Amino acid sequence: MVRSTGDDVLALFHSLRSAYAATPKNLKIIDLYVAFAVSTALIQVVYMAMVGSFPFNSFLSGVLSCVGTAVLAVCLRIQVNKENKEFKDLPPERAYADFILCNLVLHLVIMNFLG
Amino acid sequence: MLQCLSFASKLYSLWKLIDLKSAAGALVVYVNADFFVQFLVSGLEVSMATGRRLGSRGDAIVLLLLIVAAGSICTSATNFQPVSDSHRSAAVEIFTPVDGSFESIEETYEAVQTFKILGIEAKPDVRVTACTLVSEVLGASSSPLKELFYALKVSSLLKCDASQFEATASRLKSIPSNAKSLNDLYYSIAALVLIKNQSPEADVLLDDADGVFQAIKALSQSDGRWRYSSDNPASSTYAAGMALEALAGVISLATKDIGKSRINVVKSDILKLFDSIEKYDDGTFYFDDKSGTVSSLATTSSVVQGVTAFASAASGTLNLPEDKILGLTKYFLSIGIPGDAKEFFNQVNSLSCLENSRVSIPLILALPATVISLTKKDKLKVKVTTALSSRSPPLSVKVVSASISGSKDVSVIENQELVFDEEGALHVLDLPASIDVGKYIFVFEIVFHNSKDGKIYAPGGQTKVPVHVSGTIKIEKFEISVLDSDVGSIDTQKQLNFETENDVSLDANHLQKLRLSFQLSTPQGNAFKPHQAILKLKHEKAEHIFMIGNSGKHFQVILDFLGLVEKFFYLSGRYDIQLTVGDTVMENSFYQAIGHVELDLPEAPEKAPRPPLQSVDPFLRYGAKGEISHIFRSPEKRPPENLSLAFLVLTLLPFLGFLVGLLKLGLNLKNFPSASVPAMFAILFHVGIGAILSLYALFWLKMDLFTTLKTLSLLGAFAMFVGHRILSHVASSSSKLKSA
Repeated sequence: MVRSTGDDVLALFHSLRSAYAATPKNLKIIDLYVAFAVSTALIQVVYMAMVGSFPFNSFLSGVLSCVGTAVLAVCLRIQVNKENKEFKDLPPERAYADFILCNLVLHLVIMNFLG
Repeated sequence: MLQCLSFASKLYSLWKLIDLKSAAGALVVYVNADFFVQFLVSGLEVSMATGRRLGSRGDAIVLLLLIVAAGSICTSATNFQPVSDSHRSAAVEIFTPVDGSFESIEETYEAVQTFKILGIEAKPDVRVTACTLVSEVLGASSSPLKELFYALKVSSLLKCDASQFEATASRLKSIPSNAKSLNDLYYSIAALVLIKNQSPEADVLLDDADGVFQAIKALSQSDGRWRYSSDNPASSTYAAGMALEALAGVISLATKDIGKSRINVVKSDILKLFDSIEKYDDGTFYFDDKSGTVSSLATTSSVVQGVTAFASAASGTLNLPEDKILGLTKYFLSIGIPGDAKEFFNQVNSLSCLENSRVSIPLILALPATVISLTKKDKLKVKVTTALSSRSPPLSVKVVSASISGSKDVSVIENQELVFDEEGALHVLDLPASIDVGKYIFVFEIVFHNSKDGKIYAPGGQTKVPVHVSGTIKIEKFEISVLDSDVGSIDTQKQLNFETENDVSLDANHLQKLRLSFQLSTPQGNAFKPHQAILKLKHEKAEHIFMIGNSGKHFQVILDFLGLVEKFFYLSGRYDIQLTVGDTVMENSFYQAIGHVELDLPEAPEKAPRPPLQSVDPFLRYGAKGEISHIFRSPEKRPPENLSLAFLVLTLLPFLGFLVGLLKLGLNLKNFPSASVPAMFAILFHVGIGAILSLYALFWLKMDLFTTLKTLSLLGAFAMFVGHRILSHVASSSSKLKSA
């Protein structure tokens, strides 16, 4: 029973990987970016758990910067995805420009809050 | 006025003396310094006897007494002390040569002249260096007139054997006839006179003496003052002194006598000058230079030198009012001991001029001590000397009258002659029984034994001197009692002794009264009313002061607590009782804690006033404030540095992973525009974004929000423009690709 579950999980992963391999390259890049941002945020949370939250604003800005940029990247991915019919008329360049602008605004606030 | 000023400067040092509670030795030194202090110190000794018993609070009373004394000193009657040994020791301190010589020839002259007048043996090294300086000045052909003049003065005092007299004389001789300014005339003529006195063979006599005399006289004004030069219209009293001395010099340098009428004109000028003399309230006279550049001491000194020089040079007598001569002398004496060398010289030199003049020699009547203790059976002592403390001619001193100051009552002594004590050159009087403690004004008169002396000396009529007669006040029937209010019967009564410590403890309620009474009488058995008789009740939250009234000898204060409950703020509990009885003439003034009374007062009604906050001790107000210790927040615990650095590296790892992932995905830049214009826009777009990100970094590191936003608006507009261009280019190319 246990073994078959393991095999199932493996099989699940394999199918997932093969299905993901079909994803367009630009979406993969965005996924990679999201993973990078989320893991950076996680490392910061671990650090805070270890040493305490003393410069709390710095911690918050660090984590929020990562999470925020990840969320924006996800938004970008939704808009750029060709499968997504809702944004069919929206050119990816426009979506990218939005992403850049939102990131700049987000980081201006983050820098202000960093202290 | 001057006394008040000089007194004020002394008060501070006296205050320090009190603080130190120094021994009598230190005080005696002070006594010599100034006669005002002498009076104060005697008062002080009295107060300090009690002060020692009272501790620090006693000092406050002593200060109070000092201030009261200061007020009473500044009256018209004053005791001027002649120049004494304290002047001599001060002179040695003020005129101290540096490395055996003084700064200038002028200062050398002032020092040597002061030492000579005061009879101080100058150190031999001063003579050698001074005489070398003299021959240097006389030898140099370019020495200014003023330096030549002072060099000659020094040489005449020290008898330096300088050989350049004749050369100097020939240089100076032509100056008076051609000089335009008073300064040139004065210095050249005075220098010639000095040469004449030192070297009889030098040719110094003026052929044109009459013309020079006229030239100087031409500068005089109608009010007796002089101008410095003919083209300067401002006249000066100081210049008058110089001119008179120069005229005296011309008279002694003249080959033939100056006309008598000319001299008489100058004499009337002098009388006019004396009409402009100024007067202080204490009877001192002085001259003031209206121009304001010269001090009144220097002006007065200049006039005195000029007038006395003229009086000795001119034939005939100069009739100057005796009281003004004496007033001038008193003016110089009233300064005390100046701390400045120039002022010291002016004072001593002028006094010497007055004393050696042909006008009239002022006599100073002074009391060595103006506080006389009845307890110690002190005698009234009077000393009559000249201003420089030389002995007076045979004379006797008479007390014309003596009355209590402030009242115009009958005099207690009338026309009593003092006994002359040959030994101390003092005139002594045993105080008669009619004199009791108090502040008196004594009026003295000098009577010459030889009537001829009256023409030579100026005793100045009657002299008023304030005298404090102090004594031990007898205190009797000193008792405190608690009375029942309604009937007035005595509840408790305690006898007190002011000489020993008292510690009575009483109980009273608001229906009772507290009575404190005592009797004061003077050594002669008269009633005595001290300046201060104060009762103080001190609760821990408030203190109350009551004046003690008297009828004759009997002093009494009755506190009716029923009427005082509101004033006492309904505060029950322990009240310390303190009594102050003090006066400047009371030798046993005291300030004493008598004990305490336990008061039982009714409860305060709701609207009763609250006791004021205890006032801060006024002496503490100016003291050092308490130190403020700042409490800082203890810094937060920081993690070890290595851990933080490790996590810094750790946060960089995902970024590396991101880059590696990009490479694995096969990222390329094939989509980057190849045409030059879009490529340039693409590069500029990335540069713009990079610039904005570096601006954020700068904002974090040092910039403020406003500069950042200003710069950001510029950079943002730029990035937006190029971004729009490149992205629309990319969009159009991709749509072309699609359509194709």
